Amino acid sequence: MIFLYKILLQIILETRASSRGGYQGMTEELKIDNDQATKEMLEKNEYKYGFVTDIEQEIIPKGISEEVINFISKKKKEPKWLLDFRLKAYDKWLKMKEPSWAKLNIEPIDYDGISYFAAPKEMPKSLDDIDPEIIDTYNKLGIPLEEQKQLEGIAVDVVFDSVSLVTTFKDKLAKLGIIFCSFSEAVENHEELVKKYLGRVIPSGDNYFAALNAAVFTDGSFVYIPKGVKCPMELSTYFRINAEDTGQFERTLIIAEEGSSVSYLEGCTAPKRSTSQLHAACVELIAFDDATIKYSTIQNWYPGDKDGKGGIYNFVTKRGNCVGKNSRISWTQVETGSSITWKYPSCILTGDNSVGEFYSVALTNNRQQADTGTKMIHLGKNTKSTIVSKGISAGHGQNIYRGLVEVSKNASNARNYTVCDSILIGENCGAHTFPYIEVKNTTAQLEHEATTSKVGEDQIFYCQQRGMSEEDALSLIVNGFCKEVFKELPFEFAVEAERLLSVSLEGSVG
Amino acid sequence: MLEIINLHAEVEGQKILQGLSLKINKGEVHSIMGPNGSGKSTLASILAGKEDYDITDGDIIYNGESILELAPDERAQQGIFLAFQYPIEIPGVSNGYFLREAFNSINEARGGKPLKPVQFGKLAKEKIKMLKMDDSFLQRSLNEGFSGGEKKRNEILQMAILEPLLSILDETDSGLDIDALQIVANGVNSLRSKETSFLVITHYQRLLDYIVPDFVHVLVDGRIVKSGDKDLALELESKGYSWLEE
Repeated sequence: MIFLYKILLQIILETRASSRGGYQGMTEELKIDNDQATKEMLEKNEYKYGFVTDIEQEIIPKGISEEVINFISKKKKEPKWLLDFRLKAYDKWLKMKEPSWAKLNIEPIDYDGISYFAAPKEMPKSLDDIDPEIIDTYNKLGIPLEEQKQLEGIAVDVVFDSVSLVTTFKDKLAKLGIIFCSFSEAVENHEELVKKYLGRVIPSGDNYFAALNAAVFTDGSFVYIPKGVKCPMELSTYFRINAEDTGQFERTLIIAEEGSSVSYLEGCTAPKRSTSQLHAACVELIAFDDATIKYSTIQNWYPGDKDGKGGIYNFVTKRGNCVGKNSRISWTQVETGSSITWKYPSCILTGDNSVGEFYSVALTNNRQQADTGTKMIHLGKNTKSTIVSKGISAGHGQNIYRGLVEVSKNASNARNYTVCDSILIGENCGAHTFPYIEVKNTTAQLEHEATTSKVGEDQIFYCQQRGMSEEDALSLIVNGFCKEVFKELPFEFAVEAERLLSVSLEGSVG
Repeated sequence: MLEIINLHAEVEGQKILQGLSLKINKGEVHSIMGPNGSGKSTLASILAGKEDYDITDGDIIYNGESILELAPDERAQQGIFLAFQYPIEIPGVSNGYFLREAFNSINEARGGKPLKPVQFGKLAKEKIKMLKMDDSFLQRSLNEGFSGGEKKRNEILQMAILEPLLSILDETDSGLDIDALQIVANGVNSLRSKETSFLVITHYQRLLDYIVPDFVHVLVDGRIVKSGDKDLALELESKGYSWLEE
C-alpha cells in the first residue's frame, strides 16, 4: 500500500513538471503546391483547443492489469458487483484479439503504455472548490461553469480526464424526478438502476473495445427520465482529455421510461499531443414504450498534425435499444476531429413501431481516417429506420461509411431509407462505402441512394465572383451538403457545428 | 472605368489574347463579337479573375488601379460582375441563401450592414418579379435542375440584386428563346445608368436589338481588329467574319 503511494507521489511530481510546458495552438506556414495550380495546400489547421491545463493531477502508473482495475474500483468506492463486472470483462478482453477488418492504417496501440486513471488531486465538492485553471479551461471552451454564467437551458456534466467535476442544474432536474449526474455518482446514489441496466445494451463481450471499456471505464454520464416526463432542458456532457499518455474510457447510460423524452448532447476536445491517445467509450441508450431519446455528438478531438502524428484514436461503441412500442432513438453526429475514428452508433428496433435514426457528418482532412456508420437491427413489427450519412474528405483524409441494415425473420413491414453522400475536396483524399443489407422478411422495403462528387474549382470560382472569399465559398458548399444533418441538431449546436466545419476545413481548398 | 492595355494572355503555353486593348467609360455599353476561339470567353474569365491564365504582358486598369493582383472576390467587391456562360450548380445550397450570402459579402465591402433573411427576401422578391421568375425558385438548390434559360435568367437576377458597376455578360443569349431574351434584355436595360457599364459578349447580333450597344468590337485571334457602333454588328451579320480575318 505504502509502496503504491510512493509511486503515485513520484508520478505526480514528474507529471507536474512535464505538463508545465503546455503546447499552444500553432499556425503552420502556407505551402502552395505548384503542381496543381488550383490547389492551395494550406495545412493550417488552427485547433484552438490544443492548450493544456496545468493542474495537479493524480495519474496512476501506466499499464493494465487486475491490480489497476482493483485500484480504479477502490478509488471510486464501487460495490463488489461492479468490481466483478469489471474483472469479468477484463478476462474476456484478454482472450480477444484487436479487430483488424476496418480499412484503417493505425500504429499498433500499446495498451501498457497508457495510464488508465487521471484525476485532479483535489476532488471538488462544489464549484468553488474547482481549480481556477479548470474553470478557465472551460471558459475557453465556451462552457462557463460559474453559476451566473451557466448556459441557460442546457445542463452540463463536466468530465475532465477520468472524472466528472460538476453537473449543473442537477437539483432543478431532480425536482422533476430526472436523474442527471456522473456515472460514479449514479453508482453511489442510484445503485439499483445502474445494476439493472448496465451492460444490457452492450454486453461486455460484444467487441474488443467494449470489453476494454467495461474493465477500465472511469466516468461518464447517467440519465434517468421517469414515466411521462419530457426533460425540459438539453442535457450535455463535455469531455476533455487533458493528461498525457492517458486513455479516456467513459461509460454513459441513458434510460427513458414510458412516455418520456430527452435530448442529450456530447461534446469533446483534447489538447495537442505528439503521441496518440485512446478514447474507447461505451454509450448505452434504452427507450421504453412511447419514449424518445435524441443523442447528438459534436466530436472535435485533436485530429493529429498534418502528418498524422498525435491525435486521438476514437473507438467507440454506441448502441440504443428501442425496447418499447413506438419508441424512438436518434443519433446525430458531427465528427470533425480525432485522427482515427471507429464508431457505429446503432439502434436495435425491438419494440413494434419503433424508429431508429442516424444522421452523420464525418470530416477527414490532412491524415485523418474515419470508419464510421451505423447498424439498424429490425426485430419488431412495422419498424422504421433512416440513415443519412454525409462524408467530406479533404487533404489526404480517408472516409469510410460502413452500414448494416438487418431485418430479422419476424420483423414484418420494416422500412429503411438510406442516403450516403460523399464529397471529395482535392486530389489526394478518399471516400469508400460498404453498405450491408441482410433481409430475412419479404415484406421489408429498403431504399438506398448514394452519390459521390468533387468540389470543383469552378464552384469555388463562381462563389468568389459573387463576392465570397475562397474559404467562405468552401464553407457554403460544404454546409449546403451537410444541411440535412445539421437541421437535426439542437439549435444552439447547429450553429456550433457549422462553425466547426469551417474551421476544420481551413486550408483544404482544391 | 475599365482600361485594358495591350493584354497578352496564355493558358498552358497556348497564346490566347495577343495584344488586346479596350477602353470602357462609365455609362457605356460595349459589345464584343468574334469567331469561335477568338478569345471572348477567355477575356471574360480573365476580367473576373480566374487564375488559370498567365498574363504575359499588358495591364487591366479598373477605376484607376491595376487589378491584375486582385482575387476574384476582391474584384467582385469592387463592383465587377460576370454573368457566366455556363453557370454551375451547388446542391444543398438554396438560391435564396446563396443570393443573400453574395449580397451581404458585397454590401459589406461597400460599408453596408448584412441583411437578415426577411429584409433580404423583400429585396429579392421585387427583382424576381421583374424577371418574371417564380418565388418558389428561392427555395430550390442553386441552379440544380434548371433549364439553360432558367440558369441565364438566374445570372441576370443575381446581377439585378448585386447592382454591379461593370457587368460582363458572357454569351448570355445562347440557349434563350425570344421571350426569355426579351426578359433578360429588360433586366439588363433596367440597370443601365450613367454610373454602370456593360461588356456584352455575344455570337449573334439578335441580342443587340434589345440591348443596344454604344460600341461594337470584333475580336479575332486575341486582338480587337475593328471597332464601330451598332451598325457594325449588322454588317457582321450579313458579311460574317472572314473579311476581317487576315
